[in-house]
Amino acid sequence: MTAVPVQAALALGDDALVLSHRLGEWAGHAPALEEDVALANIALDLLGQARALLSLAGDEDELAYLREERAFRNAQLVEQPNGDFAHTIARQLYFSAYQELLYGQLSAADGPFAPLAAKAVKEVAYHRDHAEHWMLRLGDGTPESHERMQRALTALWRYTGELFEPVEGVGVDWDVLREHWLKTVTDVVDRATLTLPTGPQTGAWAAGAGRQGIHTEPFGRMLAEMQHLHRSHPGASW
Amino acid sequence: MVSAPTPLEAELRALAGAVPDPELPVLSLAELGVLRALHVTGPGRVEVELTPTYTGCPAIEAMSADIERVLREQGQAEVTVRTVLSPAWSTDDITAEGRRKLAEFGIAPPRTRPAGPVPVGLGPTRHAPAPAQEIRCPHCGSADTTLLSRFSSTACKALRRCEACREPFDHFKEL
Repeated sequence: MTAVPVQAALALGDDALVLSHRLGEWAGHAPALEEDVALANIALDLLGQARALLSLAGDEDELAYLREERAFRNAQLVEQPNGDFAHTIARQLYFSAYQELLYGQLSAADGPFAPLAAKAVKEVAYHRDHAEHWMLRLGDGTPESHERMQRALTALWRYTGELFEPVEGVGVDWDVLREHWLKTVTDVVDRATLTLPTGPQTGAWAAGAGRQGIHTEPFGRMLAEMQHLHRSHPGASW
Repeated sequence: MVSAPTPLEAELRALAGAVPDPELPVLSLAELGVLRALHVTGPGRVEVELTPTYTGCPAIEAMSADIERVLREQGQAEVTVRTVLSPAWSTDDITAEGRRKLAEFGIAPPRTRPAGPVPVGLGPTRHAPAPAQEIRCPHCGSADTTLLSRFSSTACKALRRCEACREPFDHFKEL
C-alpha cells in the first residue's frame, strides 16, 4: 500500500470534520424540519469521511479533540460561521462542488485516498444537488431571498481561492479542478439569476492560509465548543 | 489470496449474513449486500469483511458487534470484523429479495442504475424535469409521486409523497 501523506490526510480530513461540525450546529435551528434532517445527514456523511481520513493520519479522537487551533489544516471557507441560511447554502455550494470534483479526481488516481474518494464522491453528489436546488429557490425567489443569497455569495467568495492552493500529497490537477469548479458554480449561479462575484478569491491578510494553520477568529470559538467535553472529561463515552 | 470457501466458511457466512440490519431489521446483512467476505484463519479464528453503506453510517458498529456475537455463539473464539471501503457499496448491491422486502416494509426500493456517474436531474417543482425511472408508492403502487426532501430519517433515504393516496413514504435513494 502507498504511504499516506499525513499533511494531505489532515487537510482533507479537517475540511470534512470542521464543515460537519458547522452543519451540526443547525440541528434544531433549521427553517423547516426536513431541512434540519437534511443538514444533519450531510454533516454525518462528512463526519464519516473525516473519521476515515484522520485515521490515515493518526488517532482520530486525538486529532479531532486534542489539537490546538494552529494545528488544523482545513481551508478557511469551511470554518466560516453558519450566518443566515443563505450563507450556509453559499458555503455548501462552493464547497460541495469543489469536494465532488476533488474526490472525482482522487478516485480515478491510484493513491491512498482512492477507496474513500470513490465511495464519498457519490454521497457528495447529493450534497451538491441539495445546495444547487436551494440556490435556485433562493436566488430565483423573492427580492428578499435574492438579495440575501447574493450577499452571501459575495461575502464568502474571498475564501474560495484557497481551495485550489496545491496540497502536497493530494495528487490532483489543481488547474483543471479550478476550471471545472468555476464552470459548475457559474452555471448554478446563472440559473439562479444571481451574479458570481468578480473580486479576488483571496483578499485580506487572513483569507487563504487555513492550510498553513492560520484561521479566522470564529474558528477558535467553534473549536472550544467542539473540544470542550473531551478535554473536560478525558475518556468520556456513552 | 482467493480460494473457494470451505464448508465451515460457507456455514458461518450464512449465519453472519442472516444477521438483521440494525436500522432496517426487515433486511439481512446479506440482502443489504454489505457482507463482503468471511475467512477462517485458524481453529476458532474468523475474519469478516464488512462494507458500510454510507461512509458515516453509524450502524456499522452495531453490525460488527452482532456478527461477532453470532459467530462466538457458534464456538468461534476469536472473531475480527474489518471495515473495507473498496469497492464502494452501491444500492445495486441490494438483492432482489432485499428490494421486495423493502417495498413490503413501506420503503420504495432504489432504482437500479446503469454504470457511470450518479445521475442528478431532479429539480424544485417548477424546474423539475421528469425523472428517468419512476418511483412507485409502496402503499398504493401509484407512480405519481413527488420529492419532499433529498434526506430523510437516515442519509440513505429520501422523503417522498404519493399524489394518489397522499401518504408520505421513504425512498431508499440510489447510491
